[in-house]
Amino acid sequence: MRRVFSNLWQDKLGSLSLIIIAATMLAGIGASLIAPHDPEKVDMSLRYASSTWQYWLGNDHLGRCILSRLIYGIRPSLLAVLLALAVSVGIGGVLGYIAGYFKGMIDKLIMRICDVMLSFPGYVMTLAIIGILGVGLENILIAFVMMKWAWFARIIRTSVMQYTDAGYIKYALATGMHPVKLMWKHILPVTFADIAVIASSAISSMILQISGFSFLGLGIQAPKPEWGMMMNEAREVMFTRPELMLVPGLAIIILVSAFNFFSDALQIALNPKLMSAKHKVMRRSHTWKFKRGFRMPKKEAA
Amino acid sequence: MKILHVTGLNITDRKTSKSLVVNSSFELKEGDCLAIAGESGSGKSLTCRAIMRLNKPELKQTGSILYNGEDLNLLSSQAMRSMRGKQLCYIPQNGMTAFDPTCVVGVHLHETLAQHFSWNKSERITAITRAVESVALKQPVELMNKYPHELSGGMLQRIMIALALILEPKLIIADEPTTALDAISQYEVIEQLKALRQRLNCSMMIVSHDLGVIKKLADQVLIMKDGSIIERGPKHSIFTEAKHNYTKTLVSSKLLLADHFNQLMREDATC
Amino acid sequence: MGIYIVKRLLICIPLLVIISFITFIFTYLSPLEPVELILRAQGVPTITNELIEQTKIELGLDQPFFIQYWNWLISCLQLELGISYITGKPVWTLVGPAFLNTLKLTLASSIVIIVFSILLGIVTALREGKGLDLSVRGVSFLLTAMPSYWVAALLIWYFSVKLDLLPTSGMDGMSSYILPVIVMTMSYAGIYFRTIRSAMINQLNSDYVLYGRACGLQERTITLHMLRNSMQVAISIFCMAIPIILGSTVVIENVFAWPGLGTLTVKSILGRDFPIIQAYVLLLAVAFVLFNTISDILNATLNPKLRQGL
Repeated sequence: MRRVFSNLWQDKLGSLSLIIIAATMLAGIGASLIAPHDPEKVDMSLRYASSTWQYWLGNDHLGRCILSRLIYGIRPSLLAVLLALAVSVGIGGVLGYIAGYFKGMIDKLIMRICDVMLSFPGYVMTLAIIGILGVGLENILIAFVMMKWAWFARIIRTSVMQYTDAGYIKYALATGMHPVKLMWKHILPVTFADIAVIASSAISSMILQISGFSFLGLGIQAPKPEWGMMMNEAREVMFTRPELMLVPGLAIIILVSAFNFFSDALQIALNPKLMSAKHKVMRRSHTWKFKRGFRMPKKEAA
Repeated sequence: MKILHVTGLNITDRKTSKSLVVNSSFELKEGDCLAIAGESGSGKSLTCRAIMRLNKPELKQTGSILYNGEDLNLLSSQAMRSMRGKQLCYIPQNGMTAFDPTCVVGVHLHETLAQHFSWNKSERITAITRAVESVALKQPVELMNKYPHELSGGMLQRIMIALALILEPKLIIADEPTTALDAISQYEVIEQLKALRQRLNCSMMIVSHDLGVIKKLADQVLIMKDGSIIERGPKHSIFTEAKHNYTKTLVSSKLLLADHFNQLMREDATC
Repeated sequence: MGIYIVKRLLICIPLLVIISFITFIFTYLSPLEPVELILRAQGVPTITNELIEQTKIELGLDQPFFIQYWNWLISCLQLELGISYITGKPVWTLVGPAFLNTLKLTLASSIVIIVFSILLGIVTALREGKGLDLSVRGVSFLLTAMPSYWVAALLIWYFSVKLDLLPTSGMDGMSSYILPVIVMTMSYAGIYFRTIRSAMINQLNSDYVLYGRACGLQERTITLHMLRNSMQVAISIFCMAIPIILGSTVVIENVFAWPGLGTLTVKSILGRDFPIIQAYVLLLAVAFVLFNTISDILNATLNPKLRQGL
């Protein structure tokens, strides 16, 4: 892990992205401490006010403080998405592990289920699930988890199958190691890299999709703040006051870009071979020097 | 008459600044066959591709490559392109990957001929048929309509030799023509190369690590190791009076193998 | 080749059956009683248990599960997809025209996206590492981080309001296609051109490129060969892109007030109009499977080695 962080640190853009992401997450968790005003407090006298010292980003069509709504909006726009991601990676991960490790009939069964789930277009099914369950943030997240787990399961299974075929795993089994302990100690650390990369690259599309659903009015309901919904509300006055659209949009762009950069940087940090492969990583504007002399993770005493 | 005179050829990797070929100088007389021998990684293929200016852009080459008095290194890319195929012909090692896998073999031949000659389609087909038949391949028309993965390595090598026959270049560079082939195909390809040289009366450069091939085809031999030419001379002097230790090792290890083979054959015969 | 096509089409059928089954049980997955929903949507003031039972018999909802499924399937194949809960009109009269509108937008967008992706992919691959490549990738990176509705709103504001060049919304002729197609292209071409680009870059080091150059072929000819080899990867991605674009026009339709399937579905979701949602899912799932099959067949045409795969 230490090596990963040291590699990551060398990538300036990646580290910057990580800082942005971490800061945003903290701001979201501590929204009640950071936000200057109550995000739902309506004050019609302040309608469409431009930015003042008291209200840094001005006020929206109901006089609410945009900055506070932005900060409170981190919770559904980012934190809830992370939760949905964690749950679907969790479910997909467990099933992928079982399928990849035990193989045979269990593998076939789980993969058949995944195939059926994946043969449905994701966006369409998410809409359908929302249609059945009704609108609201929780239902969107449930819809997401239901659609995404199959994808994660499949990729994790491939990753696990790659590693379980290694000689040292068979040796460990032959010496009588318990399968669960084996998974925890040996397979999990190596597949963690793949899982981390996949998860971080999936999150950008999830953030965009969830804000898209909220924009359509299918997500979080008024008066709670959410970035997509804020843009929906700003639509009414799109032509007269376009700046109300700009702020949440920029927030999304910055966050998604940060995740994209972070995902790239993570991919390189976890797989040093990619450092020299020019075309494998999508953006590379400079070369990194791979620092030698990192400390190897301590081997457990057998 | 020297057809090729290479002086001070240096090939370096731009990224790592590593020298891959160091100060190579050699010459090739018109009508002669020069063989470059050595292990993998000695820079043989790099040298040949450098003459054709086909190396990757990451590799920098300096020095003078005089072809009929003209320095190939100084030519514009357009001018160089018109030289390739018509004056200098390159036959790569692996026929299976040398052709576009999604097209039939005939497509490449037609495109090349259309590029260099102003024949119409039927004239091209006649020329191709004649050439393919002369390299001992049957049913040329059907052969042209096959995909590369449907043909054997030996057949593909011979098709490339057939193409060289039609193009009638002055210099043919064959990069490890027999390495990817089985013993019987090797024999056939060597025979075709000999015939090619006789028919066109051209100069040839052969790269190989197989001394048997070199013995059959070459007049002059260069031995390369780690990017430098360590020995050069006419064929017989390399095989019998090698001066450098490395050459002696190469020749003797090959002789050992051949002797062992002959011994086995004799034992078989007496059984 | 013909055998391959037949086999591939045959595999579709069980998949379509499963899809239709899952779509059918959608209404039964809802936490609400479907009949109640219908009656509520129709605005019936008092809903008594007798009324529920009566409506059930009327709508044929009291019959055994599989018989309902069978009836439903047969009527689907005749394009009778039921009656909308809210408006009472047959679903197909609402979904049909909407689907057509969405299809027009999807086709227009897909063509532009594919053309742009190929062009950008070729250009950036041939100029790999140089200024053009880096700037295209940088710009596309930014564009894909932007929510499409945000870009759409900005473009509408600029071109329709400020410059008054293009219509702000609706579907009134050729000019109203321009902005939606531009927004779709900005979102998707940025993703797909990378596939072509990396496929082409992989081809750059191939032996056939070396041999082609060695025979004195023009760069143009060689680029076409490289493209041919890259197309395999590209074909399957593009084929699958079309149903994905079909599905994700939802947001764009909303912003541009395009009278398409997406707008209809969103309204239905908000109004809990299940038959329309069902029809939407069915149509798009079928399109998905269809395009998957077409892409496999196209792949086999281009790459003769794949034909033995089945």
